[in-house]
Amino acid sequence: MSRGSWLAVSLVLAAGPAAAEETDEGLAAFTTIYGVLQHPRCLNCHPDGDKPLQYDDSRPHTMEVDRMSMATGLPCNTCHRVEGVDGEGLPPANDPWLMAPPSQAFQGRTEAALCAQLKDPATNGDRDLAALLHHVGHDALVLYGWSPGGGRTTPESSHAEFVAAFQTWVDAGGPCPSE
Amino acid sequence: MKLTVNGAAVEVEATGDTPLLWVLRDHLDMTGTRFGCGMAQCGACTVHLDGLPIRSCVTPLSEVAGRRITTIEGLARDDVLHPVQQAWIDHSVPQCGYCQSGQIMSAVALLTFVPSPTDDHIDRAMSANICRCGTYPRIKAAIKDAAARINGAMGSVDQPAPGGRDE
Repeated sequence: MSRGSWLAVSLVLAAGPAAAEETDEGLAAFTTIYGVLQHPRCLNCHPDGDKPLQYDDSRPHTMEVDRMSMATGLPCNTCHRVEGVDGEGLPPANDPWLMAPPSQAFQGRTEAALCAQLKDPATNGDRDLAALLHHVGHDALVLYGWSPGGGRTTPESSHAEFVAAFQTWVDAGGPCPSE
Repeated sequence: MKLTVNGAAVEVEATGDTPLLWVLRDHLDMTGTRFGCGMAQCGACTVHLDGLPIRSCVTPLSEVAGRRITTIEGLARDDVLHPVQQAWIDHSVPQCGYCQSGQIMSAVALLTFVPSPTDDHIDRAMSANICRCGTYPRIKAAIKDAAARINGAMGSVDQPAPGGRDE
């Protein structure tokens, strides 16, 4: 065992079983978080690529729209309005309606990879853990995921359960599972 | 409810959930904007809100109160057609013509974002405006012609970078 590994083991032993238990709770909480982030209401606008996705099978958005569409006079809010008009099959509405940048893709990420990505300021919008917690608790597009209307499905965990899991994960220092 | 349509202040009697398209056509008798699908799938009802394109069929009146709405009827200035409208005529773009007011409004928005668009820019910006007659090659030619006319008068060749949410 290397000198670094001995140091890590020593630190865990020094912290005691309470710290290990908190880490385990944090890891379990992240599994809940990961389940939410992989739901189509979250993942469809955090795609791995330039095309937004839609429906529960996360198929590419109709009309061939992509990031360049948004920069050439076809922003999302052209069709996805602020309040919108009620009706079956109409575009969901929210203010704002935007795609996440490529660095914040959720699609195709393992639990370990997404955890590391979420904690990295370079790939999480320059947020620390407290700012991430505030984001998932209050951001309008995050909240939309639980009230999408139009008969759309929502994540298995409620928003309150999601935020509680996030709080547990943050309190544990944001532990990430290994691959 | 008070609106500004093509620079004129208007007041309409309608509930806040009434689609803007209904108000334009039925209340204000501005029938240049077309009903196509009623669910933001075809682009025929495109107008501009504060300079940006929107589908008026899915935009409730409550979202546009006090804001600047421009329709196809408001593009010309002092009886001089907008360069995009003139290019549409010169290239004989319309066939049945039903979708063309929406196509023109989207094309005007494109040229605001990208003064000298490539084929790729045009494909991306116009991909949500459907033409059942298949006039797309003429639409593309007219947009390039209009861009050249506008740039000849004003001079601007900035190109956009792909966008996205970055916070």
